[in-house]
Amino acid sequence: MNGLLAFAVTFASLCFALALLLAAVRLFKGPAAQDRVLALDVMYINGMLLLLVLGIRSMSSAYFDMALLIALFGFVSTVALAKFLLRGEVIEP
Amino acid sequence: MSELPAWAAAPAAILLIVAGVLAAIGAFGLVRLPDFFKRMHPPAMGSTLGAGCVLVASILVSSAVAGRPVVHALLITLFIVITAPVTAMLLARAAVYRSERRTRERG
Repeated sequence: MNGLLAFAVTFASLCFALALLLAAVRLFKGPAAQDRVLALDVMYINGMLLLLVLGIRSMSSAYFDMALLIALFGFVSTVALAKFLLRGEVIEP
Repeated sequence: MSELPAWAAAPAAILLIVAGVLAAIGAFGLVRLPDFFKRMHPPAMGSTLGAGCVLVASILVSSAVAGRPVVHALLITLFIVITAPVTAMLLARAAVYRSERRTRERG
């Protein structure tokens, strides 16, 4: 049964790496700026999930804090970029 | 990962496989779909259900390792559930505003 878990961890890591790669393709190719911001958001989420899977693989709780921080910074950066696209300023006077 | 009991290892493995498939399908949709508003939908599948699956698997494995219920991964679930709609709404508003402004400038 633990062989199944090892296979699942490897499979999930490869899937998240593939998702990161495809989001990077959209990040470089995206015709408009909002496509690039969406691709950056997807990359943040997938990188966070990849860190959590690495935490499952190594069975340590140190990866959890990194994942929480990445989720936090991903939300803040995406909101700031969307606000910049919407208004031209992040913090309005 | 040699001493993990089967009641934690088997559901965690299934949840991890489901999450990986969901994330890969979402990223394929992000690349393949033709319009921005269509492209907004598929990654949400990986970032809500996929993240939920990974976090439940993480809770199972860390609880089995520690020998007691460890539920601090619920914090990330709660945070993602709160922030994903806000992000999607702000991005959609920015896209609508930008496309309207572009058509107004053209004529």
